[in-house]
Amino acid sequence: MTAAEHAVGLSVQEIASLLQARFADAVLEVDADSKHPGIRVAPELWHDVALFLRDDPRLRMNLLRCISAVDLHPQPYIEVIYDLLSMRPPASSGGPSRDLWSCAGLIAVRVRLPRDRAHVRSVADVWPTANWHEREAFDLMGVTFDGHPDLRRILCPDDWVGHPLRKDYVFPTEYHGIPAAAGGVTDGAGASEDH
Amino acid sequence: MGWLRNRFEENFAITTIDWALNWARSNSVWPLTFGLACCAIEMMAAGASRFDLDRFGAGAFRATPRQADLMIVAGTVTFKMAARIRRLYEQMPEPKYVLAMGACTVGGGPYYKYGYHVVKGVDLIVPVDVYVPGCPPRPEALLEGLMRLQEKIRKETIAKKAEPA
Repeated sequence: MTAAEHAVGLSVQEIASLLQARFADAVLEVDADSKHPGIRVAPELWHDVALFLRDDPRLRMNLLRCISAVDLHPQPYIEVIYDLLSMRPPASSGGPSRDLWSCAGLIAVRVRLPRDRAHVRSVADVWPTANWHEREAFDLMGVTFDGHPDLRRILCPDDWVGHPLRKDYVFPTEYHGIPAAAGGVTDGAGASEDH
Repeated sequence: MGWLRNRFEENFAITTIDWALNWARSNSVWPLTFGLACCAIEMMAAGASRFDLDRFGAGAFRATPRQADLMIVAGTVTFKMAARIRRLYEQMPEPKYVLAMGACTVGGGPYYKYGYHVVKGVDLIVPVDVYVPGCPPRPEALLEGLMRLQEKIRKETIAKKAEPA
């Protein structure tokens, strides 16, 4: 193993540079100093970028920690955020004190999608963890992950209408004959009116 | 029974069928093993040694609705769960009772206004005998609810069920 393969803690800027060298147009924005440092990549290149992030020996982003979907309403976007981490295995030649897994870099990758047509390529084949996370983002935010092996709702019932965590979600008034009239009031009306 | 032996002559025990039935039923209210959310933790505490629901004959949590008399609905009832609750209730044999435990179950609780997924009270799905408010209710409150239910059972007759108080 070379030293470069085990460079500890690649910065967001370094990861972005590696990506820019490999994909000319992939990195749209680098946000290295925020509380949630990361990059924004072009949705159509995301799957290739994901494979590169996972397989490149300098990066080895082998752990997908979380997928979040953020509704930027009233801006016409939904952002999907992938939190990636590189877990480095213990060095076999080291003494007992070094015999631990360690973090060799982490980054948040954002993909910005149009709200009315939120489609992005699934990465369930890159990180199997993405399977259920993408189902959750589909269920609650209505992001469609093209190429997902099993894109069904994961929390709501199968016959649920709409995607509840969208900002413009219209609350149901009943479900299978059970009234649900109280929900969805956002104008500050009292909660004790009808019950 | 040594303290009873040789104290009485041969005799009759006189009671009413109502009294005997109610005595038996009210002191063996077997709940269904059934928890939906955080209230179930308090229900488990009520069943464990510190609070000991079994002192009142209600500690035998049954793992099947067919053997249960009481459904303690402990936790947030979602629309997805509603049909399952209804089915479990229908599978319980008569006489059967429902205790609504906690704010969510009583009337939607903190999800009343903005919970798109929460049923605004389990009484929209199954008839409720006793409401125990709280978020969650302490085990003592659940014991109080159980004793209210026992009072209710003791007022029953085999002719017809007691009018709701």
